[in-house]
Amino acid sequence: MGPFVPDLISDQLNLVVAIILGIAFGFVLEQAGFSSSRRLAGVFYGYDFTVLRVFFTAAITAMSGVLILGHYGLLDIDAIYVNPTWLVPAIVGGVIMGIGFIIGGYCPGTSVCAAAIGKVDAMFFVGGGLVGVFTFGELFPFYGNFYTSTALGPIKVFDSLGISQGIFAFLLIVVAVVAFAITTLIERRVDEKSAPSLQFKPLKHLASGTFAVALGVIFIFMPDHKTSLTEKVSDPSYAAAHPVDKMDADELAFRIVDHEPNIRIIDIRSPKEFAALALPNSYNVQRADLFGKDWVSTFSQRHLRKVVVGNDETQERTAYYLLHELGYENIAILRGGIGTFKRTILDSTTFVPTGSRWDDDVREFREGARPAILKMIADAKNKPVKTVIKRKIQGGC
Amino acid sequence: MKASNIPQAGKYMNPYLAGFFLGLVLLATIFITGRGLGASGAIKDATIAISDAVAPGLTETNPFFGQYAGPGKENPLKSWLVFEIAGVLIGGFISGLVSDRLKVVTESGPRVKPRARWLFAAIGGALFGIGAQFTRGCTSGAALSGMAVLSTAGFIAMLSIFGTGYLVAYFGRKLWI
Repeated sequence: MGPFVPDLISDQLNLVVAIILGIAFGFVLEQAGFSSSRRLAGVFYGYDFTVLRVFFTAAITAMSGVLILGHYGLLDIDAIYVNPTWLVPAIVGGVIMGIGFIIGGYCPGTSVCAAAIGKVDAMFFVGGGLVGVFTFGELFPFYGNFYTSTALGPIKVFDSLGISQGIFAFLLIVVAVVAFAITTLIERRVDEKSAPSLQFKPLKHLASGTFAVALGVIFIFMPDHKTSLTEKVSDPSYAAAHPVDKMDADELAFRIVDHEPNIRIIDIRSPKEFAALALPNSYNVQRADLFGKDWVSTFSQRHLRKVVVGNDETQERTAYYLLHELGYENIAILRGGIGTFKRTILDSTTFVPTGSRWDDDVREFREGARPAILKMIADAKNKPVKTVIKRKIQGGC
Repeated sequence: MKASNIPQAGKYMNPYLAGFFLGLVLLATIFITGRGLGASGAIKDATIAISDAVAPGLTETNPFFGQYAGPGKENPLKSWLVFEIAGVLIGGFISGLVSDRLKVVTESGPRVKPRARWLFAAIGGALFGIGAQFTRGCTSGAALSGMAVLSTAGFIAMLSIFGTGYLVAYFGRKLWI
């Protein structure tokens, strides 16, 4: 499952990967004609819409790939870098760059690419870029507060618009295809003889456009990996076909008291509920975090019995099935949820006889386990909380 | 309008095909490294490295540069984007070589003299250098890579860069047509 950094690819090797990907990036930019400032500027004057075509096609291709890989669980969407939004500074910066684009005819990536093939103007552009960053840094105290204002975090565009991911993807593709068609007409009107789009074969492009829109329609009905797995395991027929291993409260209590090393208690309740009452040595894992890589090292150890603890068996079952679907083994749920554990083990209520001949032993065990576990819980409260260090997602300019 | 000194379209890859390949490169980058492509970040790192080499004291006390340079911090040049941009230089050069486009030349609009073009290019670069700090990236790092992961920041960057470009294009028309 991607991404491979930092598990399979170390930070050092990642730099080698950076060069290789950069070579591919530079090669494609140059082949696309992005090493020509006049072609780049053409997008603003209607004589050459290459930039729009390459840019939107690239964005849609990459977005589609991310959505598809994410849907099949091949790419951990939560582990990839999503550039955070600082709303007003981002707009102001964009305005400055837009003016820079008209005056300079390049953007930073294309200027490097153009400089590589000997464009002198591009070399001046890169030099200007260095001066610009330096100027920004020197004058930083004047707008330091503004720079970090309106911070909205790594938000997603479909959430900002209040629509689903699939519908947004579909709309983006439609907008792009329509823009491709309209700009082709504009380009041919501006320059009847040498518009770049005169080279296109209409039928091929019509077919590609249709294919892109069809892909967009699929995206509408293609939920992300988390949603689709959760829906799958929430289906009653799935539960009927998949029995779960259950562990009794008494057995769990025994293993806790016994300091059984090969057991991991996975508490899937909310952090608030977990803070109010947590079983000794249990881990609080939110359902959404089951999918990520933070817990792989714990979950993937087969000899460890993972006991899922929730408010009730329904909640536990969902987590159990998700873990099962994600490929983890040796899982159990706590019979009756934490309520049963609390009632039978932790609360000093009178023992309800079951009529079993072991009743006396059970009662004796519970009376012994109760103070022991309560003491472990009390001790744990004084200790710092065990948390898994969240992986740092690297990225950004 | 003199279209003749614009490099002719037929020599370049079909833009949709090029866009598709560019998208695949970006997708591979996201899939392998979990991050997107970028460019302005490398220019920032280079600026900080130069500044730190010339005047380390001033660089490290600068509230902006100080975040990236100073004792205990990695050399700014040892960053992912610097290596990636080194790759862009190589890749662009290889492409120019195989397509026979390696030539030391200044490309400008029909009414602009080379020296003026250099000045305008430098000003444009400087504006990008400033703007990309506020936006936390440029057309590649903020807009393109951001759009691929459907970040709000990516779409804001794209709309504000290109939207402004169209708004001010009229005033810059003599530079290009």
